[in-house]
Amino acid sequence: MSLSIIESCVNCWACLDVCPSDAIYEDKPHFMIDAKKCTECEGDFADPQCASICPIEGAILDAAGLALNPPGSLTGIPPEMMDKAMAEIQAR
Amino acid sequence: MELTVLNETSSDSSGGCSASACGSSNDQLSHLPDAIREKVHNHPCYSEEAHHYFARMHVAVAPACNIQCHYCNRKYDCANESRPGVVSELLTPDQAVKKTKAVAANIPQMTVLGIAGPGDPLANPERTFDTFRRLSAEAPDIKLCVSTNGLALPDCVEELAQHNIDHVTITINCVDPEIGAKIYPWIYWNNRRIRGKKAAKILIEQQQKGLEMLVERGILVKVNSVMIPGVNDEHLKEVSRIVKAKGAFLHNVMPLIAEAEHGTFYGVMGQRGPSNEELMELQDECAGDMNMMRHCRQCRADAVGLLGEDRGDEFTLDKIESMEIDYEAAMQKRALVHQGIAEELAEKEKKRAALAAVKVPSGPTLDNAHFRPVLMAVATAGGGMINQHFGHATEFLIYEASAAGVRFIGHRKVDQFCIGNDTCGEKESALAGSIRALSGCEVVLCSKIGYEPWGLLEEAGIQPNGEHAMEPIEEAIMAVYEEMIATGRLDENTSGNSQMSA
Repeated sequence: MSLSIIESCVNCWACLDVCPSDAIYEDKPHFMIDAKKCTECEGDFADPQCASICPIEGAILDAAGLALNPPGSLTGIPPEMMDKAMAEIQAR
Repeated sequence: MELTVLNETSSDSSGGCSASACGSSNDQLSHLPDAIREKVHNHPCYSEEAHHYFARMHVAVAPACNIQCHYCNRKYDCANESRPGVVSELLTPDQAVKKTKAVAANIPQMTVLGIAGPGDPLANPERTFDTFRRLSAEAPDIKLCVSTNGLALPDCVEELAQHNIDHVTITINCVDPEIGAKIYPWIYWNNRRIRGKKAAKILIEQQQKGLEMLVERGILVKVNSVMIPGVNDEHLKEVSRIVKAKGAFLHNVMPLIAEAEHGTFYGVMGQRGPSNEELMELQDECAGDMNMMRHCRQCRADAVGLLGEDRGDEFTLDKIESMEIDYEAAMQKRALVHQGIAEELAEKEKKRAALAAVKVPSGPTLDNAHFRPVLMAVATAGGGMINQHFGHATEFLIYEASAAGVRFIGHRKVDQFCIGNDTCGEKESALAGSIRALSGCEVVLCSKIGYEPWGLLEEAGIQPNGEHAMEPIEEAIMAVYEEMIATGRLDENTSGNSQMSA
């Protein structure tokens, strides 16, 4: 079982520092997770650490290929509320 | 006549950008206790006078961040942008030390090394402290400073106190979690992602605690705030009061930068930044008698050189690899250069004091004291002179002329923080940008100006003036102000811009 990083990664290094298994490494064009080392933080932390600090929605996938930070989860604005939030912000 | 006296006094103030370029800077530091003044007098970011003589640099060793701010895009690599959080080249601590020494040897005026990102320096404690540790030992003549969002600050204060670090900048945008939740969507805290008000509350507590701990240890704290209209603009007055009461020596209010093409949440969502007038008004409220930061240029996390310039291109990794630096020799040369600058500054101070004893060189005559203040913009390439073509100006210095004399208000950039080509997105014409940057000003002084902009400026209610080319700024501004009084332009009900006051 392993998490993975996909191409929307912006190479900000945050995940590398917090991984308890040293499973993350710098690579081109973006950081990667060593599937042999990744434990999904089981036994170490309640939440996978890389996905808890990653600033990019959709950049880290679980073993099933699903985004751990789906759209709206990091901006705090669900996609269906986007238009309303935008109107509010533009009225400032 | 008064002007003759002014011109005489200015003609013998030579070299560099005289104090006049940035207002009467001789008393900008005077309200500070001696111990603090000693620390900041040669720091280009804290002293308007110093920023013409001393240079600073940032090394980008800290990419990771432990929070998200809505005004920040974590994709930080753009060569054409000039704003915080943007860098071209990340450095390892080893490369950072090498680069710092290379710059210090080649730009002996460089006195300050900062770590400011592109993430949060204290969220990268190993990379940040490794760099500081080595520089304290290997380049002891360089001041070190660091900026942080504050989340990890309380845990780092001990270590900060051990190095040669005498300034810490904390970005504090709020003291109310309700407001914080609109600025910070999440933080990474105790191995979890925390969202919303709960996150903002933790961040605020950490910031305040860190501020108190630093002050207790005698480390200077500057507080930066980003002014976000409709979110924290009113609130920043309270922030200002609180952080100063806790011992921050300076509160610097900066405008939100939120261009859509920068890809930040605020940029994409259409959050506006403050107008020049809104910013100026809030800065005046928060600064109190401290207008030391009006020359802040919100520089990149890898900026090199004097404020407002960036010589980073001369010190890229491949270039510093091939440089042989004898730092012992460089330190001797640097000490000489610093001493020379100190002597020049002392000389100027003496002249100013002598001058002040004779006559107050600014302010219109007494019977004119009831006239309203006027904002004027100046195009200058430095040296305290009006010496730049209007069309070449990438920023204008803004001054206020009034019965009290001439006061430096701030600088306004023309090109909307992007010096790049059209690939960054739709760019308005430079001329429209210039005119917008001058809102609230009634006069713009420059060495020369073209026919087309002249007309457009007049249409916008801004009088172009090229008559004072190559003259010292403050004297020229006072001359124009007196001329406006004499020609009746400041008589009541004659001006469309009369509501502008600083």
